[in-house]
Amino acid sequence: MIKPIIDWLVYDILKMRQGAIFSEALDFFLYDTIKIFLLLAVIIFIVSFIRTFFSPERTRAILNNKHEFTGNVLAAFLGIVTPFCSCSAVPLFLGFIEAGVSLGATFSFLVSSPMINEVALVMLWGLFGWKVALIYIGSGLAIAIVSGIVIGRLKVEDLVERFDYKKQVCCVQLTDMTFNDRFVFSRGYTLALLKSIWIFVILGVGLGAWIHGYVPADFLARAAGRQNWFAVPLATLIGIPLYSNAAGVIPFVSALTEKGVAMGTALSFMMAVTALSLPEFIILRKAMKLKLLIIFASVVGIGIIFTGYLFNLILR
Amino acid sequence: MGCPKCKQLALNAEAAVKELNIVAEISKVTDIGKIIEYGVMMTPALAVDGAIVLSGKVLSKDEIKKFLVK
Repeated sequence: MIKPIIDWLVYDILKMRQGAIFSEALDFFLYDTIKIFLLLAVIIFIVSFIRTFFSPERTRAILNNKHEFTGNVLAAFLGIVTPFCSCSAVPLFLGFIEAGVSLGATFSFLVSSPMINEVALVMLWGLFGWKVALIYIGSGLAIAIVSGIVIGRLKVEDLVERFDYKKQVCCVQLTDMTFNDRFVFSRGYTLALLKSIWIFVILGVGLGAWIHGYVPADFLARAAGRQNWFAVPLATLIGIPLYSNAAGVIPFVSALTEKGVAMGTALSFMMAVTALSLPEFIILRKAMKLKLLIIFASVVGIGIIFTGYLFNLILR
Repeated sequence: MGCPKCKQLALNAEAAVKELNIVAEISKVTDIGKIIEYGVMMTPALAVDGAIVLSGKVLSKDEIKKFLVK
């Protein structure tokens, strides 16, 4: 629907020559940007509306005293819909543990929440198609569930930092929202989020368009193709310090896959960027001992690397 | 714990108190132990007279006024 309008604008109005590299790249850039902004606006609104029905307090109540597996599965799914921001990762983490949610379920939540977010999903859907978006959600959930179970089994509760606090003196009373409140909240949230990521979307898609037009096909096939076994762990490692948001990274990665980067390797990279972030580790250091942080990063990292190899094997 | 949202909420609270012309002591709690004692899991949160009224959202000056008038 949008494609003919963009083609008309680029080739008829701007009189760009069809087939020329620059006009192709411009066409690609305009089409992707408009498509992604439309998708972002719609999906972020829907997701934030759904989120008004979930709060960390409610999620915590659901997860409390759940058995292994059930608790981990629920935590991973609730991680998608519960509002989360890495700046409140510490009170959330400790708030869960303090209330009696198991360490394993808390970690399942902590993995899925930043990894499976609305922005990443829109970018994957818009640039890679719904199949890859579904693969990302499915393997993200699996990594969250398994990592939580593994960490839970390690019995490392003593590695959680102890804080000097009394039993909770009061609890947050949430007033029920009306339909109108939810609408106003979601609209505000959508606008604020778009405002904070639009520049990354433009930069990411711009860089992607440049790669699409100017980098020779199969340029990266030798370095990051399926036959290169260490591409997956390397991509995961590079993703850790790169705390860029999904908005900027996914268009870039999408363009790289056209140039020979294998799909599993690309998935590993995107997952490492979203789930393993250095700034979040630094924040979380306040709530857990370094050893636990290393266990957390290693278990999730291994899960991501495994996923990369798996999809390099089965996806063509 | 000096996230931009928390700073903004503190500023809004100050502005609300000023406009209402009331005497109030505003304190910005950044101690994690204290935050957990209050049961807050999503910052920023606003407490009036020791009770949390809302968490996870930057309230505007006018929204804060409503809580203060009550």
